[in-house]
This record gives sequence, structure tokens and C-alpha cells, in this order.
Amino acid sequence: FLGAGGGNDIQWCFSQVKGAVDDDVAEADIISTVEFNHSGELLATGDKGGRVVIFQQEQENKTQPHSRGEYNVYSTFQSHEPEFDYLKSLEIEEKINKIRWLPQKNAAQFLLSTNDKTIKLWKISERDKRPEGYNLKEEDGRYRDPTTVTTLRVPVFRPMDLMVEASPRRIFANAHTYHINSISINSDYETYLSADDLRINLWHLEITDRSFNIVDIKPANMEELTEVITAAEFHPNSCNTFVYSSSKGTIRLCDMRASALCDRHSKLFEEPEDPSNRSFFSEIISSISDVKFSHSGRYMMTRDYLSVKIWDLNMENRPVETYQVHEYLRSKLCSLYENDCIFDKFECCWNGSDIVMTGSYNNFFRMFDRNTKRDITLEASRENNKPRTVLKPRKVCASGKRKKDEISVDSLDFNKKILHTAWHPKENIIAVATTNNLYIFQDKMN
Amino acid sequence: MFVRGLKRKCFDGEEDIEGTLAGIKAIPSYNLQRQSLLDMSLVKLQLCHMLVEPNLCRSVLIANTVRQIQEEMTQDGTWQMINTQSTGQASLDRLVSTDILCRSSREQAEGKHVPGYSTFNKDFEGDQAQNSSETMSTASSVQTPRNLHSNVWEMENPQENKGNFQKSLDHIFETLENKSPNSVEDLFSEVDNSYYDLDTMLTGMMSNTKMGHCDGLETFSPPTTTASNSNCKSDLNELDHIVEILVES
Repeated sequence: FLGAGGGNDIQWCFSQVKGAVDDDVAEADIISTVEFNHSGELLATGDKGGRVVIFQQEQENKTQPHSRGEYNVYSTFQSHEPEFDYLKSLEIEEKINKIRWLPQKNAAQFLLSTNDKTIKLWKISERDKRPEGYNLKEEDGRYRDPTTVTTLRVPVFRPMDLMVEASPRRIFANAHTYHINSISINSDYETYLSADDLRINLWHLEITDRSFNIVDIKPANMEELTEVITAAEFHPNSCNTFVYSSSKGTIRLCDMRASALCDRHSKLFEEPEDPSNRSFFSEIISSISDVKFSHSGRYMMTRDYLSVKIWDLNMENRPVETYQVHEYLRSKLCSLYENDCIFDKFECCWNGSDIVMTGSYNNFFRMFDRNTKRDITLEASRENNKPRTVLKPRKVCASGKRKKDEISVDSLDFNKKILHTAWHPKENIIAVATTNNLYIFQDKMN
Repeated sequence: MFVRGLKRKCFDGEEDIEGTLAGIKAIPSYNLQRQSLLDMSLVKLQLCHMLVEPNLCRSVLIANTVRQIQEEMTQDGTWQMINTQSTGQASLDRLVSTDILCRSSREQAEGKHVPGYSTFNKDFEGDQAQNSSETMSTASSVQTPRNLHSNVWEMENPQENKGNFQKSLDHIFETLENKSPNSVEDLFSEVDNSYYDLDTMLTGMMSNTKMGHCDGLETFSPPTTTASNSNCKSDLNELDHIVEILVES
């Protein structure tokens, strides 16, 4: 296992947990997205209630050289509100589906957050000084009686308690008929894409009243609809290239230079089906829930219900690696179909190009090391609360006699699912979201 | 064309399953499992929460699953057979699959102890005989045993299964709240036939959109009499309408 041996294996330790302690989960508190910014100093979460909470890492503490800075709340704001679509008589959920950070250009931070229909660009800025000494106004803002003004002075900036303000700078609305599942910022840092079930649009960050439709898979006759878009992402280096995944397990790579409407893919990545595993659920479990490029852009990773696949962009006919996340669920697919768990959309993330991480049930999450071919299962639980204690690897017993410390498949809690995880861009710090708690783990520094 | 599941040797499957669960004497036939999956899928398509727009990906995946099952059933003739047979035997066959669902939950509601699957046991022994004769007579070209990896009845975990059936049943019961079920057959005879009459289901869904909650089953028309072969083709087309409705609504 990762962490079980010495050498370069990472040993994960609990660092912090954020969120309510009680088991009764308020619906609005369910975490729906987690994302580090480009430096890793900020960590944003979005929830079902439409709120964004940003945590900031403390500067490294000279008195505690063996641990990295803790993450503390930096800013909280209401990003989206529930809306009502009067034409369709349906509610539009305020749940934040995705957050993506822009790289920092000046003192302020910018992020994009989206619900099912509307994307917003938020500016998060700090204020730690304020002007004092106005001639016509009192300190509390009331206007002074002009007759009492006998001298003139120049207002000066005086320090104040740090205030972090979030303000919406752009609202990109009315461009999506279907539910937005992905947003991705282009490497040109000027444009971004937003993808819903059937279409992908290209936006300029400065322009809110126009977007270009670059992919449209809506059939002329909706009765013929059999496939939807499930995720999309821009290539990290190549600003004309993006990929999108589908509910049938395919990934299409498109080049925007080829044509205005990228309905014809440049590459189609698809693994032929394994006939020995065919069942009525084959298509459902092949549906891709997330696609992520490696930092180098040479590889991309896809997550389907039971596995994580690594694809080399130069090879379309099969993935270069496949990792089983929870193969023991294959015999339970019918139950999982009945209770809808089979439709859970797990995300995945990279550490550079070497290690990949994804979530599972029972608050377990898994990591796969591409180099050593080792994998590990860890648990996000308040029981492992001691900082700097290495997390114990977990194991699920698929069949046969259950060993001590193993957990049997039937004992797994399918309500405790880890759908969202994030890896710090530069360090071995990971953020793992359970239903309503955010766990932060770090590697053990020696 | 749709590729069938792998063929399984009947006896291998039985041995595996018998090893893991005591007291069960019969495995539900592939046809029955497939039927239950079809029923479950149709219920799922109907009962999406209509306050918020339903998840299109989920709906499309379920609709594709239903289509696969119906295509396979059309191919091996069982689809046709179910629609043409109006004898008590066929309707009893359908009732059995939902009767099991019903009984485990109703008896729980009444506080009766349901000892594992012993009641289910009895029904299947009767049903096995019917089923095998039916499949033999109409699908003689498809004698080879099948493999359905996902065991609908989840032999390994009856406890979890009961919970799951309870949940499905609760959904069904919610929507049937205005009917007073005098007998199990009464309750399910209408529902069952309606599953195959996608027109009425569609109507139910249309009105659901307006009302904002699913009591679509109430709007189902009374069970139709024997349908002709052409029904299976039109039913497949009607299924396509479901997806359109889900999207357009």
C-alpha cells in the first residue's frame, strides 16, 4: 500500500475537519464542489445551499516547523439563489455545481462559480485600510453641519481589521437550456467553456451578453436522444483543444481551429466493451462522471462508476491504465440501480502526473500511484482525529472470510459517499469532502 | 444490434447462490429478473421529482436500459407473448413479480414477521414451472441459459433487499393513495398492465408536470385487453416520447 512502506510513499495524516459535527445533515450544507486555487493558498467549497466558503492557509508557523499552515475561513458568501423558471414551472436549484479559480493577476482573487443555469465571476478582495478624516462627513457617515466646519484637512488611510469582500463582477446567464455540469478556464486566461447535458458554450470573461456554441449534440428529434455530455475540460496548455465525455463512456477531443462548431471530433477515445462483463447495467456504469487532464497535458483521466482510466492523448482505442476503485460493487449493481447509487457522479483528481485520487462509499477514498502501481484506501472519519497520526489503510472484504479490520461489502454505508476531492497544486495536501464535512489531510513531514 | 448477456450454465449459478443463502430453494428465472428490472426502470422514469427538472443524464440512462430490455424481449419473443396472452396464467406470472415486492412491505406494515424469503419461495416454485413451459414453447431457439450478473433479488443480503423493496413500494403506494386496495391483485392488476401501455403512462407524466407531484398512476386507463403484436413496436416508439417529455418539460 501507499504509505505502508518507506521510500517515496506518502504517509497521510489527518490535519483538519470543517463542518457540523452532528449526524443530522442539513440539506443546504451538502458540499457539492471543492477546488484549490493555483497557488494552493486558497481552498474553495460550494454547497447545495448556493454558498461558497473559501479557506486560506496560514503562513507557515515558525514554532511548528513540522506542520504546514492550517486552513481557516477566509470568506463566505452566497453565490447563487434559488430561482423559479416560470415558463417551465420548475425550480432552478442554487446548488453550486463547480468552482474554478482564475490565476491571480493582481491583489484580488477571482473565481467562477456555477449552478445549473448561470455562471458568475466573483472578485474576492481584501480591505485592511480605510480613509478617515473627511471634512463633510462624520466617521459613521453622517453629514456634518457645514457651519461647524472651520478647518480643512486631507483624509488619511488608517489600518483596520482585515475585511474580505466578495462581489459578483460578471453574470453569464441565459445560455443554457439544460443543466450545466462543467466549467473550464482556457489556458489563454481570457475565455472559458461551460458544458450542459447537450451543449458546450465558449465565453469571453469580459463579455456576458454573448457566447459561442461550440458543441451541440441535441438531436433534431428529441426522441432519438440516447447520449448526453457529462463533463468537459480545456487542455492545460493548448488553448484550442478541449475534451468532453459522454454517458456512453466515450471522450471526444476537439480542436476549435477546425471549425466554429466542433461537432466533429478530432479524436474519439473509447475502449471496446469487455463481453464477459456485459449486463443490463453495462452502459450505465460506463458513463463517465469526470474527466481531468494531467498537469502536463499528455494524459487525461476519466472516472466511470467502477474504475479510473488513464488515457494517453496519442492513443484512442484504449486507456493506458485502468484502476479498479470498488470492483466488489459489480455484483451489487442491481441494488445500486434500485437505490439510485449507480448514478452517483464521482470526481477524480491528479497529483501532477503520478498519483490519482477518487472517492468511494463509506467515506472511503482511494489513491493510485501510476509509478509503483500501488494503491491505498483511506477513510475520512472524525475517529482518526489526531493530527500527525498516520491514517490506517482500509480494506473491503469482497467475499469469503472477513479478516480482522476488514469491512464487508454489505456493511458499507452507501449514504456516506465521497464525490469531491482535490489535491493541492504544489504540496501533498488533499481536501476530501464527505456529505457535509471537509477533511484536510497532509503528508507526514519528518 | 443489442448483444445478449453471457450465457450461464444454470447449475453453476444455482450452486453459487445456494452456497450463500440458506433456505432458498429456487432462483428466479432470467425472465423474471429481467421483468423486475423493466418494472423498476419504468417506475423510476415516472417517479422523478417534478419540482425540479429531472436529471437528464439519469433519465437517458434509464430509458436506454428499458429500451435494451424491450429489444431483447422482442427478440426472444417474450414481449410479444406477454401482450398476446390474456389467460390468467400470464397475468399471474406478472403478478408474482410484483406480488413479492408487495408482500414483503405490506406484511411489514401490518407487523407480520416475514421469515426471510420463505413466502417468495412458494411462489417461485409455482412460477418456475409456468415460466419454464412458457420459455420452452416460445423461445425454442434460445434454450441456452443466461447470465444476469446482477441478481435482482440480491440473494446475498435479504435484509438490504427488503429495505430496497420497501422503498420502491413506498413510492408506488404514495401514488396510489386514493385507491383502497382490497386485494393485492386489485392493486397491481391495473398497475401492471399500464406498464406496457406506455401511452397512458405518458399521459400520466404529462399531467404530472402540471401538478408538480407524481400521482400519475391514478390517471392510468383501465387495463386494456389483448394487444396485438404491433404494440411492441409502438411501445418502443412511445418510450422515445418519454425522453422527449422529460426534456421538454
